[in-house]
Amino acid sequence: MNAITRFIRSALLLDFAKAFILAMRYFFRRKATLNYPFEKGPLSPRFRGQHALRRYDSGEERCIACKLCEAICPAQAITIEAEPRQDASRRTTRYDIDMTKCIYCGFCQEACPVDAIVEGPNFEFATETREELFYDKSKLLDNGDRWEGEIAQNLKLDEPYR
Amino acid sequence: MADFFAQAFDTSTPLGWSVVTLLKVLGFVVVLLVSLAFILLADRKIWAAVQMRKGPNVVGAFGLLQSFADFLKFVFKEIVIPAGADKIVFVLAPFLSLVLAFVAWAVIPVAPGWVISDLNVGILYLLAMSSLGVYGIILGGWASNSKYPFLGALRSTAQMVSYEVSIGFVIVTVLMLAGTMNLSEIVEAQAGGFWHWYGIALSPITLVMLPMMVVFFISALAETNRPPFDLPEAESELVAGYQVEYSSTLYLLYMIGEYLNIVLMCSMVTILFLGGWNAPIEVAPFNWIPPFFWFAIKVLMVFFMFSMVKAIVPRYRYDQLMRLGWKVFLPLSMGAVILVAAWVVFVQGAAV
Repeated sequence: MNAITRFIRSALLLDFAKAFILAMRYFFRRKATLNYPFEKGPLSPRFRGQHALRRYDSGEERCIACKLCEAICPAQAITIEAEPRQDASRRTTRYDIDMTKCIYCGFCQEACPVDAIVEGPNFEFATETREELFYDKSKLLDNGDRWEGEIAQNLKLDEPYR
Repeated sequence: MADFFAQAFDTSTPLGWSVVTLLKVLGFVVVLLVSLAFILLADRKIWAAVQMRKGPNVVGAFGLLQSFADFLKFVFKEIVIPAGADKIVFVLAPFLSLVLAFVAWAVIPVAPGWVISDLNVGILYLLAMSSLGVYGIILGGWASNSKYPFLGALRSTAQMVSYEVSIGFVIVTVLMLAGTMNLSEIVEAQAGGFWHWYGIALSPITLVMLPMMVVFFISALAETNRPPFDLPEAESELVAGYQVEYSSTLYLLYMIGEYLNIVLMCSMVTILFLGGWNAPIEVAPFNWIPPFFWFAIKVLMVFFMFSMVKAIVPRYRYDQLMRLGWKVFLPLSMGAVILVAAWVVFVQGAAV
């Protein structure tokens, strides 16, 4: 019996007809596509994207060159050099992140005692050359200035859970 | 000047015949290539729609220009010829594949009189050209001097040879019904409404011919290396089969040749089983649409089935493919040849 029904099914292409009807049903369904460059999905406030160095409202950079981020970085992507500034405060003279090494674990922003280094919401920073991904201090501060609004908002939203 | 033109387009002189034929060929090639661009897009769009995706939709309105963008991308990329490859054959193979795909179109009648060469043995010519198509693939696979392309080419050859046999027998059934090998005459024999089309005719012989249409369609899938018979380029097994080492324009030529063959197979299904350029009903509103559009509509419908099959049927295993070809389709089509022959002699009473 089983063999006979199987023969009839395959000879009449019943399975194919069924699949065809099913496919036609899906054909006219609403598309699941997110039209990416024009539409974007929602991001969590905790999203770990491109790094940024933040400033205080006064314009003074937050980073105090404690090197905790450099120490905790599992990929050793961060390089910091520091010396006292003219006003005797301790600041970095060099703050590099090699974005090709970074694994976006977020340890650096968790280690930072002054919320200076953060991973912002920006994930669209692909470049045409590898060299452009070796970020230095000015690039990171630039990022901070550009994304400060979103970063501050996200930090505030995440505040109760930290 | 007018005299010159009168002479140049006078088909009774050798010069005139050459000029007119050349223009016809040019017209065919241009229309084919442009429509191919949109057929390629349709293929991707249909495939996407079944999977609830949108498909290409950025280049031009609804992505209509996507194929042209792809064309430019292919042309501007670097041609890589492997160090161990046989350079001449490696470059020649895709051209061979493209030229053979184009050449087969010479006998396809798209409307009454709209055919480059109205051969008396058009069907035989088509069979010959589609058999030669194997060479483009096996030469490419061999000249690459690499393992995957070689295996892909071997598979492709075995597959195309096996399915050509049943395609041949299926065509013989149509030949016997129409009593001619001329494609235009085969189409004319089906004139007078869709109940005269061989695939779905209102006559007992349809019980044989409808399955034959399905057999032809499935064999055409195998013949053109389309899913579910895309073993020669099965990416999970052979990366891309005979195309592995090809890049840039050479790869583009292969792809155009492949899709040309697919559209050729669609038009063969249309001509042999769906009445070619004939309107389904010979009454007022259907009569007004020019024959060429009926042909195009039918070809597109068959192509839609090609795309849907690609979207919904999983790939066959190699032994299953061979089993289907030799143990199912071959006996089926041979039996059909006998039945149709009996029908033609004893029922239609044709002279033996």
